[in-house]
Amino acid sequence: MATALARTHEAYDVARVRGDFPILARHVNGHPLVYLDSAASSQRPRAVIEAVDHYETHCHANVHRGVHALSQAATDAFEGARERVRRFLNARSVKEIIFTRGTTEAINLVANAWARPRLGPGDEILITWLEHHANIVPWQMVCAATGATLKVAPIDERGELRFEAWEALLSPRTRLVAVGHVSNALGTVLPVARIVKAAHARGVPVLLDGAQAVPHGGADVQALDCDFYAFSAHKLYGPTGIGVLYGREALLREMPPWQGGGDMILSVSFEGTTYNDLPWKFEAGTPNISGAVGLGAAIDYLETLGPGAVHAHEQRLLAKATAAALGIPGLRVIGTATDKAAVLSFTVEGIHPHDLGTILDHEGVAIRTGHHCAMPVMDFFGIPATARASFACYNDDADIERLIRALHTAREVFS
Amino acid sequence: MDLKELYRDVILDHNKRPRNFGPLVPADASAAGHNPLCGDRLTVYLQLDGDRIRDVHFDGKGCAISVASASLMTEAVKGRDRESVARLFGDVHATLTGELAEPPASLGKLAALAGVREFPARVKCASLCWHTLNAALAHECQPVTTE
Repeated sequence: MATALARTHEAYDVARVRGDFPILARHVNGHPLVYLDSAASSQRPRAVIEAVDHYETHCHANVHRGVHALSQAATDAFEGARERVRRFLNARSVKEIIFTRGTTEAINLVANAWARPRLGPGDEILITWLEHHANIVPWQMVCAATGATLKVAPIDERGELRFEAWEALLSPRTRLVAVGHVSNALGTVLPVARIVKAAHARGVPVLLDGAQAVPHGGADVQALDCDFYAFSAHKLYGPTGIGVLYGREALLREMPPWQGGGDMILSVSFEGTTYNDLPWKFEAGTPNISGAVGLGAAIDYLETLGPGAVHAHEQRLLAKATAAALGIPGLRVIGTATDKAAVLSFTVEGIHPHDLGTILDHEGVAIRTGHHCAMPVMDFFGIPATARASFACYNDDADIERLIRALHTAREVFS
Repeated sequence: MDLKELYRDVILDHNKRPRNFGPLVPADASAAGHNPLCGDRLTVYLQLDGDRIRDVHFDGKGCAISVASASLMTEAVKGRDRESVARLFGDVHATLTGELAEPPASLGKLAALAGVREFPARVKCASLCWHTLNAALAHECQPVTTE
């Protein structure tokens, strides 16, 4: 991410970017919308909406099946999107790009097809205290089914991974390391390069949950040298219901399919079934074709803006918002890591985050409030919930001013 | 919609200084409630005289709506029998969900919660304490949730 930041210094035309997102023109509760909940789900640019619309209007049929023109058009669009994702992630081959419903399903795929058949009593899966529930619960289920143990590496009061403690938990019994690339609740960027290096030195494969990382500068799976990488389209300005699992081809080859059905087979008889090749072996049933098309368009859009330029813009907003927020009496920033994605998690003394969320919404400012599907992180800080403002390519200085003004309003209501 | 309709002075006061707050020792019954959406947790403690609530306390953490609602509830149900509590909850629920256009006279101070009906996402905050009270009255040991 630091390299992405260093890449760009050109002017960033946020007004033009805002114009690309039709939803930003709407009003909420009588105020122009200020959307600061992109870490939960980002909005879609017109290019994505139109790509999906074009596909639905002109190209839809089932993929990999018919000889007719539309089936070919749909297959080309779907497989074209896969190639687009491959280039985005810098994967070696499209065989390594599996379409899923999202990050959650991608992680569950690895849990079911890679971990379950391999793990047994005494084996360990190593995660961190920062994980989203999607990178905790699938491993708990694997442990319950196999007798393996889940190990959790601690964090410090800034919300950073205690790397030495993590490394100490890397034992001869560790069979898999699963870790978030960026924490969704706090924005912490994890030291994934060091993690991969240390794990690989002991022959342990690494899964990275990239849901919160790809929107803020992309990911290069060869540079990261990870074994699995998961992300969702809807946090990347694409549609919901579509995501990606990148897997190293050698690992994917060894894995059995996890769902059976059409499209994942070469031949079926009652005596036996021959599974399809990668990547289709892991894509049973008719896939989310329009979703994949939308994801391809979202990647095109992000790359037009320049992931580095977007990242630099968001970092400027984060710094500005953090400084302004700290001027509000009683406001405490939760998560103060040195390397952070554009996420500002906070509490305000005397006002529950849920009340903040309602008051801000009343002022047209959308933030996330709650435990952010990361209850262990909340427990670590001894709080039930936080308010979280997250910044994306379309946010601007006026959004920060509206956020701060609404926070002052909340304090007045509760004064 | 004015924010003051939701955050009325009575609500803010009961949030800041919740009444009947803290465990009741000994308690004849208690139950834990949880709103998984926002992480709110509260416990309701009861001392019973047969069918009647002799004393009721609550503790826990939550938003202003859930804390104030629980505080107001403890004041409202103290001394009532089960049937009367059930009737009152029916009226409170119908008010919170907007089923009743105006809060009925039976609500008393609980009418301060009427503004919640304009904020559907917050109905669960206001009703958590009532579900928890019902669980305690039923001597249920399992935590209840709003889901």
